[in-house]
Amino acid sequence: MKYLEIKNLRKSFGGLTVIKDISLTVEEGEVVAIIGPSGSGKSTLLRCATMLETMDSGELIYLGEHAVKTNAEGKAVYAPPKQLKKIQRYYSLVFQDFNLFPHFTVLKNVTDALITIQKMSKAEALAIGRELLQKMSLSDKEDAYPYQLSGGQQQRVSIARALALSPKVLFFDEPTSALDPELTGEILKVIRDLAAEQMTMVIVTHEMSFARDVADYIIFMDGGVIVEEGLPEQVINNPQNERTRAFLSRFER
Amino acid sequence: MDWSVMLLKLAEGMLKSVEIFTLTLLLSLPLGLFVAFGRMSKNILIRNIIKFYISIMRGTPLMLQLMVVYFGPYYIFGLTLPRGYRFWAVIIGFVLNYAAYFAEIYRAGIESMPLGQYEAAKVLGYNQSQTFMRIILPQVIKRILPPVTNEVITLIKDTSLAFAIGEFEMFTTARAIASAESTVTPYIAAGIFYYVFNYIVAGAMEWCEKKMSYFR
Repeated sequence: MKYLEIKNLRKSFGGLTVIKDISLTVEEGEVVAIIGPSGSGKSTLLRCATMLETMDSGELIYLGEHAVKTNAEGKAVYAPPKQLKKIQRYYSLVFQDFNLFPHFTVLKNVTDALITIQKMSKAEALAIGRELLQKMSLSDKEDAYPYQLSGGQQQRVSIARALALSPKVLFFDEPTSALDPELTGEILKVIRDLAAEQMTMVIVTHEMSFARDVADYIIFMDGGVIVEEGLPEQVINNPQNERTRAFLSRFER
Repeated sequence: MDWSVMLLKLAEGMLKSVEIFTLTLLLSLPLGLFVAFGRMSKNILIRNIIKFYISIMRGTPLMLQLMVVYFGPYYIFGLTLPRGYRFWAVIIGFVLNYAAYFAEIYRAGIESMPLGQYEAAKVLGYNQSQTFMRIILPQVIKRILPPVTNEVITLIKDTSLAFAIGEFEMFTTARAIASAESTVTPYIAAGIFYYVFNYIVAGAMEWCEKKMSYFR
């Protein structure tokens, strides 16, 4: 089943076009990595897909349900709020700089949305939260506050927070870019484990070897368009496009 | 004048000062939040009206504002107001003035919050009011406590401005006794009173700050 479809997405800020006509599909259980130089529009793409930015035109579809359609004049039309709220539950996002809530404990960060928004019973929410923290090897940190944790631990809490809502699609926006190199590994391992559990994920990343190992499909973006896409071996090991080659040559392989 | 009589009068004045202080805070702290929302409104008319109100409150002497609130209804509109109005004029004047200052503090606190907090809340499904009440406001309160403390301490001393319209709070009482009895003792008593009051309030605010130090 197609979990996410984006069709002919366009987005500009002021007069500057950041995304020119991008279409992509993510199937159930698939891991898609989006790579490309800074300013290529990959983060904006993610922010449009998670509705943190409004798109100018195009379609956004989760599990066959339209969040955004384009009308006859070529303008994006968003679904009514009730529908959007339902669709919003299909995905979650892990931010580059975590964005944990500093005044909540680790456990509350993970469970507050379940209790406050989804009206789950406290006991049930705490059970889910503790299970996820255990999965992230953070059981001993449930009462800590975010400032007491390392960057890698904070990012694992934010992954647990995103997973608590049991999203169908999980987005990652450069999840290791704010971390020291020695902390990157622990996050990549968590994502690898999720991939092994068939979690559907879309990952914007700078970690080329990681993208090659974990992704089922790779999209290389530059200048607001998809320059090259395909299987990891093909895109990373044997790029056809000149721009992809130039970009990848800057990374050690 | 007898010592005990003088002390009794001063105590009455003290009580009045505490009353003005407490009422002003209770009313201006929440009002300031609404003023801050108006100041940040997307509606340009509301925003500009509030902006003008704040600039008047900050740009003219509080003493003058008290006089306008007290004498204005009669001299401008010809209204006769009941006897007890003097006290309420003091409260209205202080509340309007302090709400403006608090509003600017709130606004600074709210606007200093990183966008990422709003975005994380949005992705997790919090609606606007949940986001503000659960995520933003607790962090804003922590950030604005030091400037709020400043205003609160200033308010204690500002209550003495009520003498401008003859409300018998601590300072007015002390002045009346001092000139009637040709002694400076009431002034010394007043000084001690303001200092002790401030000391207690500053201690309370410090306690609040400590209470909020469990997160960063």
